[in-house]
Amino acid sequence: MSFYQLLIEPFAQYGFMGRALAGAMILTLSAGPVGVFLTLRRMSLTGDAMAHAILPGAAAGFLISGLAILPMTLGGFAAGLIVALLAGLVARFSIQREDSSLAAFYLISLALGVMLVSLRGSNVDLMHVLFGTVLALNNDALIMIGAIVSISLVGLALIWRALVAECLDPSFLRSVSRAGHPVHLVFLGLVVLNLVGGFQALGTLLAVGLMMLPAAAARFWVRGLEAMCGLAIGIGAVSSYFGLLISYHLSVASGPAIILVAGLIYAASLIFGRRGVVFSRLHSRRHRIA
Amino acid sequence: MSAIIKLDNLTLGYDGHPAVHHVSGTFEQGSMTAVVGPNGSGKSTLLKAIAGVIKPLDGSIIRGSDWRQGMAYLPQSAEIDRSFPADVTDLVALGLWKQRGLFGGISRADAERLEAALQAVGLAGFERRGIDTLSGGQLQRALFARVLLQDAKVILLDEPFTAIDERTVSDLIGLVRRWHGEGRTVIAVLHDAEMVRQVFPQTLLLARELIDWGPTEAVMTRENLRRSRGMTEAWDEHAPWHEDGHNHGHEAAQ
Repeated sequence: MSFYQLLIEPFAQYGFMGRALAGAMILTLSAGPVGVFLTLRRMSLTGDAMAHAILPGAAAGFLISGLAILPMTLGGFAAGLIVALLAGLVARFSIQREDSSLAAFYLISLALGVMLVSLRGSNVDLMHVLFGTVLALNNDALIMIGAIVSISLVGLALIWRALVAECLDPSFLRSVSRAGHPVHLVFLGLVVLNLVGGFQALGTLLAVGLMMLPAAAARFWVRGLEAMCGLAIGIGAVSSYFGLLISYHLSVASGPAIILVAGLIYAASLIFGRRGVVFSRLHSRRHRIA
Repeated sequence: MSAIIKLDNLTLGYDGHPAVHHVSGTFEQGSMTAVVGPNGSGKSTLLKAIAGVIKPLDGSIIRGSDWRQGMAYLPQSAEIDRSFPADVTDLVALGLWKQRGLFGGISRADAERLEAALQAVGLAGFERRGIDTLSGGQLQRALFARVLLQDAKVILLDEPFTAIDERTVSDLIGLVRRWHGEGRTVIAVLHDAEMVRQVFPQTLLLARELIDWGPTEAVMTRENLRRSRGMTEAWDEHAPWHEDGHNHGHEAAQ
């Protein structure tokens, strides 16, 4: 088998493979940076909770019009936003912290979603929604992903400075500006948007993987915020490419393959990264004289 | 001199328990006031209320027109996330927020002011240092540089010299004096009575109730300090509400 056959032919010869690669790589452009901010804000599990929360909306869309892109996307986005807002409101107006209220709402949401899907669909449909079908991305889905990523990148650029300030010193931001709370909400909106963008490809549960794993891995290599975002995008793209290759050659499920490659990169970064376990042990004794 | 902040029968607290009880008085424009008192006497709470972080339970804070030109508030334990990948410049440049807003860039003049601010606090050369590598004193210097950049008419400092070495303290005191000389209003919560006597012309002595407020030498008397220490930190869960027959002037406020 030549290199061409091994590395390029699957994407050149089969339209569905090319579209899958394009979809995953476009998605990672915004999912990477959003994931970086999630990890820096110590909201990694919030991403996970939101991923569950979009299920009933997607399921409602599915109930109305079957496995169609637009209704499921809009439904998922609405459900995610509602859960994010409710959790935020409960945290603001009660003694419960945002993480507990978020957990409560996403569990309710998840149960509701599975029940909705079971009302009409089969287990196969449920698997589609939960774990996605990256190989079934059609042109409509690609356009949708492109639109979502464009909106996310513009949104992120607009709130960038406030988001950095909100992460770095929230009480200072409160003292000079009222932007903190709206910025938090816009950011949650972007998280939901990217999860919704990812769920056609990877499903509601694995979409968060393309967001968190590259971001978490990037942190073991670089210091700066921009560098972290760039590296996360790179790791996401590499994971998408090799994940799809593995899925093609070994005939395994593609979505999980992508996330597993990202997981491998994360594990390798954790151990061998410049700021990872091995390096920081090896060189902890080295120091300058002043 | 005109009033820049007026406290009118101000009561502050948490869950209905007063931490600051019926305090009235005036901060003059350009004054430099130390807020002193034992632990739990409501000093930080008072500063938070002046900064607008918490709302009064009763009474009010009346802010003069100068207020709109900006207030800088340095809380006791800043909620800074030291693990966030930011360098000293990123942190200090937050002080330019009012000028830059969400989208404005840093102009050349701003960059020069930033450089001058770092110089003034003795952090020249630290521009690219990550904030996770700073010592407590260096971080406090950086935060003072940020206050410098905020160019505020009113500066609120909550125990700015706690756990800071002598040299840093004397450098930062120099800055506070400079602000006073520039006609800014400075209000600082402090513990060091010696420093208060040497540096601050005005003192507000608080022990939940206002003990005394005026020129430092008149306030920091043995008798006043003894009275402030007599204050109990007790937080009586079953203390009666004022409305139930305790007449402390609530009627006047209503």
